[in-house]
Formats: sequence, C-alpha cells, structure tokens
Amino acid sequence: MYKIGVIGSSDTVLGFRALGLNTFAADTEDEARRTLREITAEGGGYAIIYIEEHLHTALAKDIAEFADKITPAIIAVPGRGGSTGKSLRSLEDAVLRAVGSNIF
Amino acid sequence: MATKTISPTRMELTRLKARLKTARRGHKLLKDKRDELMRQFLEIVRGCRELREHVEAGLSSANQALAAASSVMGGADVKQALLFPMRTVQTDMSVRNIMSVNVPIYDFKTEKTDALYPYGFAQTSGELDAAMDKLSDVFSDLLQLAQTEKTVQLLASEIEKTRRRVNALEYVMIPEMETSIKYITQKLEENDRSTKVRLMKVKEMVLENK
Repeated sequence: MYKIGVIGSSDTVLGFRALGLNTFAADTEDEARRTLREITAEGGGYAIIYIEEHLHTALAKDIAEFADKITPAIIAVPGRGGSTGKSLRSLEDAVLRAVGSNIF
Repeated sequence: MATKTISPTRMELTRLKARLKTARRGHKLLKDKRDELMRQFLEIVRGCRELREHVEAGLSSANQALAAASSVMGGADVKQALLFPMRTVQTDMSVRNIMSVNVPIYDFKTEKTDALYPYGFAQTSGELDAAMDKLSDVFSDLLQLAQTEKTVQLLASEIEKTRRRVNALEYVMIPEMETSIKYITQKLEENDRSTKVRLMKVKEMVLENK
C-alpha cells in the first residue's frame, strides 16, 4: 500500500486532511523543500504527492529529480487562491518537448 | 571526420557493411517505437488536459465552499472540525507497460470507516458539509489526474530520448558509415587499377628485353 501526501499552505491542506490524506502544512519554500525531502526519502512509501502550485513552481528543480521515476508522482494542485493556469502550461511544455510543436 | 582514420582494407569494409546493416535496422525499429509512443502519448494527453481543467474547476468550487463555511462558522471552528480525520486513504499501485515504459495505475482505498464528516453536526454549519462533499467528489478525479499526468511525464521523456536516438542514427551514424564505405571502395578500386597498370608495364618491359 502506498500513501498519498499533500504539501501546501495550512489553509489549502485543511480540506485534504479531512478527506484522509497525509497532509503537511508548509507556508514557506524552505519548509516545503524540507518536507518533500523527508517524505521522498528511502522507504517513504508515497505514491502520489500533491503540492500547491506556487510551491511546485518554487521547487521545480527538486521535483525534476523524480520526473523519470515511477514513484512518487508529484502533481501540482491549485491552492486556495485559485488556479494560475501554470499546470496546464507545464502540460503543454511536456507536449512541446515530446512532439516538437504545440498541438493544442 | 572518421574517414581519415579508417584503414582501407577489405576486412574493414566487411565490418562496416555489417555495422551499417545493424544501424539501419536499429533505426527502423526505433522509428517505429517513436511513432507508436507518439500515438499513445497524444491519446493520453488529450484526456489529461480535460481532466486537469475539470479538477481545477472542482477544487476551486470546493475551496469556495470551504471559504463560505469559514465565514459562517469562523475559521478557527472550521479548523477544529476538520483536524481529526475519520478515515485514512491509501492507494494501491500496479504498473502498466506502454512500449517498455512503466506507468503507474492507482487504485485507492479508504480505511476505517466510510464516514466522510469528521465532526458532529451540532457545532458545524451546512456549508461545511457541502464543501466536504465537493472535495470528496473531486478526489477520485484528482487521483486519475495523478495517474495520467505521471504517465504523460514518463512518456514525454521517453519520446524525447527515442527521438534523439533516431536522429543520431539517421543524420550522423548512418551517413558517416556510408561515406566511410564509399571511401574504402574507391581506395580499393584505385589499388586494383594501379596494380593492373603496373603489371601491364612490367609485362611490356619483359617482352622488350627478350
């Protein structure tokens, strides 16, 4: 069995916590980075980590390490402030990288 | 240029021809792999975009509902109500193989009770229930999103790698070997001709001296 984690500001993670996910409140970039390191360490057992969009952008380098691995999947979710459209853009980037042109 | 360092021998020529054949076959295979990966990728990515939009809409409406609950009940009470979840969610993961790329498939399970609301109804407002309902509705899509986005990431990097290999073979390795082969054949023919001419010359001289 794998665990599902959520990293985000304390407001954002509140709802997910009630759903039964393992949530980690991180209000600053450094806090989020430390949490990410901790839960992705060997034997962390996380299959999916949802991370709030602005933190996802800030930790892009740390997250890129896991791009080729099957676990964990690190997915950006919009926070309480609403979607910035950044995740859709990063999806388009992946398409651009693979196909060589934007097909949307 | 590689041709400079190649010794123009028959053995080298045979070796190069064999290598060229392998390279051509590898190129064809990799090209097929790339095309198939691309087809799968495009199929998945279309769904992924829709799913992403759907999830973002769902989450933002859940967040709005939560904000409404906060304004009715007060932020501290909402926090208190949600602090101790009734259930834990875990996921099973199996692996699907798309053209030798392993992609995850998730299957989530809720443990303990299925009760969604970790609070009593006396001190909470209906808005909070609505927010929790919305959040739990969007959750299965959120899991689906994790699966497809991870797949997209993994496939994208594999396609990039394969495309690089195909191009390296097509535009560097194969032309290089072809020029080498041409160089060796020409050199060998040249040697043949010069030997023939020398023999003719020698024969002429021998005949004259008789």
